[in-house]
Amino acid sequence: MCKKKTIGVLALQGAVEPHKPHIEQAGAQFKTVKKSADFRGVDAYILPGGESTTMLNLINRFALWDDLAAEFAKKPVWGVCAGSILLAKTVKNPSQSSFGLLDMVVERNGYGRQIDSHHDEINGYNVSFIRAPVIDAVGPGVEVLAEHEGKPVWVKSGNIMATTFHPELTLDFPSPMHRSFVDLIG
Amino acid sequence: MSQKTTGNVINIKTGLAEMLKGGVIMDVVTAEQAKVAEDAGAVAVMALERVPSDIRKAGGVARMSPPEVIEEVMKSVSIPVMAKCRIGHFAEAQLLQEMGVDYIDESEVLTPADEEFHVNKHDFKVPFVCGAKNLGEALRRIGEGAALMRTKGEPGTGNIVEAVRHMRRINREIRAVVSASDDELMTMARDFAAPYELLKIVKAEGKLPVPNFAAGGVATPADAALLMQMGAETVFVGSGIFKSDNPEKFAKAIVKATAHFDDPAIVLEASKELDGVAMRGTEISEIDEPMLMANRGW
Repeated sequence: MCKKKTIGVLALQGAVEPHKPHIEQAGAQFKTVKKSADFRGVDAYILPGGESTTMLNLINRFALWDDLAAEFAKKPVWGVCAGSILLAKTVKNPSQSSFGLLDMVVERNGYGRQIDSHHDEINGYNVSFIRAPVIDAVGPGVEVLAEHEGKPVWVKSGNIMATTFHPELTLDFPSPMHRSFVDLIG
Repeated sequence: MSQKTTGNVINIKTGLAEMLKGGVIMDVVTAEQAKVAEDAGAVAVMALERVPSDIRKAGGVARMSPPEVIEEVMKSVSIPVMAKCRIGHFAEAQLLQEMGVDYIDESEVLTPADEEFHVNKHDFKVPFVCGAKNLGEALRRIGEGAALMRTKGEPGTGNIVEAVRHMRRINREIRAVVSASDDELMTMARDFAAPYELLKIVKAEGKLPVPNFAAGGVATPADAALLMQMGAETVFVGSGIFKSDNPEKFAKAIVKATAHFDDPAIVLEASKELDGVAMRGTEISEIDEPMLMANRGW
């Protein structure tokens, strides 16, 4: 029996705790990560939903950028909503810096404001799109795992995964996306 | 965890509040201030015509901000924009929804429009945040459809004492509900003047059915750390930033202290980066009774 994998959720800001029951029910361990010292023992990362501008700001101010980039180069990462924006190669509306690990173009708040936030089923699982970004284009190496209104919403390239929606806000544990991410860690 | 809808998904209104957790929401009166807030790392801004301390000074009737002020702020930043309507003024709330603001604060900072009833927030697609001093008040607002609660504190004073009182009281009352037996809940519902069904959720989950943020009197990084350690999930800062000596630095420092509220070394670091003094502040006993904003709301 191999040891349980630990998933570190970046906890500078955003929807962190809702991932806990999903991660645990998918057979992994949940850990919050705020500093480089917290990286020890982490097998994979989740960049959670929240405000991407705030997260970028805090990552820079706490000088976490290089250490996170080094971790992301060797371990699986899943970006949820704001987190997917941080992973995209190109960000629009407005343009902002990112780790650029996923060859895709995302448009922030692509569906509009909160009044346009909505629920929908993705692969049979009801999820939330909250001021969600829209993936406008993906590069050839990017696998589209699910679409919504004709646009990719769940994508993967190697061990980097992104969802523009929030499976962590659904209360049936674990979500298929969490299960799939835990499988990705192996 | 939170309000459920069909398919066992957290309500989309509360979902946005989940995204704002661990952050700072700042009052702004112009597009320039909104940019300062966004650049400092605010998770959202509250668009206002005047910050609470100026509302106090000006006296008279405080209403919803002019639409141009709110729309200008909405155009200038990419983070969520909140705006306030008067208690019970559902027509102002309708205008805010029409403008597409991301959250409506039915706020005691403005002069109440109805001294008996609050807005029926279930009627709206845009989520509402409301203030509370105690558990009963919080659950009545949630019963009316609020998707997010905050302490009232005493806005515009730069004095944290009322927010602390409200946070402690709500926490104490939640503990009382959790330790009560099922037999006692209906009587508790009567005593708290709170909906019974919501009290059952509080008992089962040990917290409010929606996120609980703090507001009212935050003026320093340590104020933010205090409320976060008491269980607030995000802090609202009203006059504390743009009435300080150095808004840009105060904004950044309060964001930093909130992200690492449980690490005194980082809160200390943030406290040394202010480069100016906090807003002067007001002792609560110096305020005339009708201007005590926390007493507004029923």
